[in-house]
Amino acid sequence: MWLTQPFTERSTQLFIGVLLAALALVTVLHLAVPEGHPLHVTAYTVNLFGKYLSYALLAVAVDLVWGYLGILSLGHGAFFALGGYAMGMYLMRQIGDRGVYGHPVLPDFMVFLNWESLPWYWAGFDMAWFAFLMVLLAPGALALVFGFLAFRSRVTGVYLSIITQALTFALMLAFFRNEMGFGGNNGLTDFRDILGFSLRSDATRLGLFLATGVALALGYVVCRAIVGSKLGRVCVATRDAESRTRFLGYRVERFQLFVFVVSAMLAGLAGALYVPQVGIINPSEFSPIFSIEIVLWVALGGRATLYGAVIGAILVNYAKTVFTGVMPDAWLFALGAMFVLVTVFLPKGVAGLLAYRVKRPRHSSDDTSTPQEASA
Amino acid sequence: MRMLPRFLPGLLCLCLLLGLPLAAQAQEEAGQALLESLDTDAYAEKGEAIEAIIESGDPRSRRWLEALLGGKLQRHKDTGQFVVVVENRGRSWPVVDALSFEDAGEMSRRELDRIGINNALRGQLQGALAVLDLHAEAVDERREAARALLGDVDASLAEPLRAVIDGEADDEVRRLLEQALAIHRLEQGDTAAVDALAGSLNSRVRAALNTASRSDDPQLAQAATAALADIEQKMRLNSGLETLYFGLSLGSVLVLAAIGLAITFGVMGVINMAHGELIMLGAYTTWAMQQLLPGQPGLALLLAIPGGFLVSALAGVAIERGVIQFLKGRPLETLLATFGVSLILQQLVRTVISPQNRTVVTPDWLSGSVMLNEGLSLTLNRLYVLGFALVVFAGLMLVMRRTRLGLEVRAVTQNRAMARSMGIRATRVDILTFALGSGVAGLAGVALSQLTNVGPNLGQNYIIDSFMVVVFGGVGNLWGTLVAGLSLGVINQILEPWAGAVLAKIIVLVFIILFIQKRPRGLFPQKGRAAEG
Repeated sequence: MWLTQPFTERSTQLFIGVLLAALALVTVLHLAVPEGHPLHVTAYTVNLFGKYLSYALLAVAVDLVWGYLGILSLGHGAFFALGGYAMGMYLMRQIGDRGVYGHPVLPDFMVFLNWESLPWYWAGFDMAWFAFLMVLLAPGALALVFGFLAFRSRVTGVYLSIITQALTFALMLAFFRNEMGFGGNNGLTDFRDILGFSLRSDATRLGLFLATGVALALGYVVCRAIVGSKLGRVCVATRDAESRTRFLGYRVERFQLFVFVVSAMLAGLAGALYVPQVGIINPSEFSPIFSIEIVLWVALGGRATLYGAVIGAILVNYAKTVFTGVMPDAWLFALGAMFVLVTVFLPKGVAGLLAYRVKRPRHSSDDTSTPQEASA
Repeated sequence: MRMLPRFLPGLLCLCLLLGLPLAAQAQEEAGQALLESLDTDAYAEKGEAIEAIIESGDPRSRRWLEALLGGKLQRHKDTGQFVVVVENRGRSWPVVDALSFEDAGEMSRRELDRIGINNALRGQLQGALAVLDLHAEAVDERREAARALLGDVDASLAEPLRAVIDGEADDEVRRLLEQALAIHRLEQGDTAAVDALAGSLNSRVRAALNTASRSDDPQLAQAATAALADIEQKMRLNSGLETLYFGLSLGSVLVLAAIGLAITFGVMGVINMAHGELIMLGAYTTWAMQQLLPGQPGLALLLAIPGGFLVSALAGVAIERGVIQFLKGRPLETLLATFGVSLILQQLVRTVISPQNRTVVTPDWLSGSVMLNEGLSLTLNRLYVLGFALVVFAGLMLVMRRTRLGLEVRAVTQNRAMARSMGIRATRVDILTFALGSGVAGLAGVALSQLTNVGPNLGQNYIIDSFMVVVFGGVGNLWGTLVAGLSLGVINQILEPWAGAVLAKIIVLVFIILFIQKRPRGLFPQKGRAAEG
């Protein structure tokens, strides 16, 4: 089966092995090591790692379209946020009558706005299966419509980047409006429990962390399977020479659309796992700067490697946590400098450095891992 | 006779020395006589005295009449001195002398006698004061007074107003007074008065016509209704023009913000995400100039025009040399790197200057508005920015079309290798073009400092819009940028009344996204070889 095929690759085995080992290690250090011991991992840290892992999944989704399809999406934050909102709506409905106003059906912000009943698009979100389906379908549908229009008229390169940015910007403005019914400026927050488990208990946090880890592993395998298949080869061909691929008889736009939609769904899944762990979703996730930051994670980790995206996401976000804690003013300087330095001096990212170290003694070259810059 | 001019100054001095005290004394006596005539028990005589004061043309007459109207003109029982009460609270009131208007200390209210008036006199005084304003020196004041009279004319005023109209030199004042009289005649049921009011946008005129349209006289009602319909039509036109003006104004801001980008992105093909921050630098240059030249905001603003250009151009050169030159032919990497630069510049401003917005003063000659008619006035600062945008655009067109640099830029962008082999120093052209585009961004910042807040986020607010304008207009086409910017501004303003500001913006963004699907190369696509670049 095509999904099992990636497991024959050494890099996938290595990645999955390291990831599972890390998950196990964190779990053991959190549960088995007594509190106060220097090796103990606190619930806060578990939660933080869970957040990083959901970012990593998002980065993998971006790497799939940027690294292997040559589409620099500056709007993947929109898919992430849509998945997050779908999850947030489910969590809002789970609050029930425990809100500040104690309304049995309506979330607090709707009571506050004097709304009489739930808008139609909130229907069904009290059921977990429906909400989890929407986590994938909502971003997928947006990507389908947007991608269909864009790829059909062969909007590529910088143009596509700019209109994806416009897309997420427009969505951000829309979600800021109270009339939209998504909580406006404040977004959705004050969640209580998920599937019956309290979001405030340490056990649920550990569970979410592990679930995110597993989702990341699955997402990675799916992407690896796509990339390694014939379809993936067409994608790489499209990335490097779109016209030539078209002349060879491939309907380029269909491949682009398929991969774009898969990537959007993965991003939505990442958003859905992110929201219960941070406890809030608001329109700032739609902001163009967030979307462009995701691209930096991928660039820093190493484009078109998938595992590089994971490394980049974790490294940058860890740096962000450290910097904003120690000297908040310096963070934007550091982030800006990273953008400049990585693109100028480290075009293949950290993964490129690693590959260089590993591969130098042996004589081999992996042609799919080096995108042609000119085509981008 | 030739000698006379020499003596003139001396003569004048002499006259002044001797004449002034004499004149002052004469004025004093005349004023005293006028006030004396007011102090009578017969109201008819008081009315005549008021007329006399108005006709005297005495500069103090306005203050006298106002004091009389307010019951503050009083006379000391013992000395007979006329005073104006400044504040009638408590037992002793602070007063000023009614002739010299100098401080006369405090007087007990028991010692003072008020010069009383009745309702008829009150009406006469109000009218008289209004007419008095019509004799003011400044045309603006006369217009203001005439406008205030609309709808307030009664029979007692109608007569003196006719005389004023005949003596008035300013057309506008005459027109307003005619209208004021016409409203009065309309209220009397004069159908012919409708004609004099037709086409006026004043709300008082409309109110009077509205009343008349409901009158019992069918002829009058019909005429008034017709006139009202006419006015409605004119008002719709006015509000259309207003929308157009605000749209063009918004569009000119978009054009200013995008025109630099049209050079660096459109012509050179470099994605500069730090473009917004170059605009921000221009705005901060204006602020800095005003800090350097306190008390002269106008001069500082004018100096900021070359200053902002220079600062942003230098920053642009630094970005080009420091980052972009290493990323030739890799547009997406350029995008990321320049985005990093934009973050650094933003944080630099926050750290060095302040995270808060800075206030940039608007000089006097930029504030205020031009009144086209009573329903339509254009704010001056927006008008200037609109003009500035057009001038900058024309200047850029000139540079690109008529100068050696423009020729070389076009040659290098069309075929770099060929241009180089013809002896054009491509690197130098790159630097100069980028400096030009960045400098224009600085100019945009100077202009924007007059319209919006100057803060670290200024640039961020314009970067997406700027890219949209350039892409919508067609990359590499300056005319496209102009048309795109202005039309997007107008579309936005047309949508705003019924959709709200945020929704209008969203609709415009979605419109552009869909438009690019339809025509990926914008409104005015480049044709031929340049299009392949």
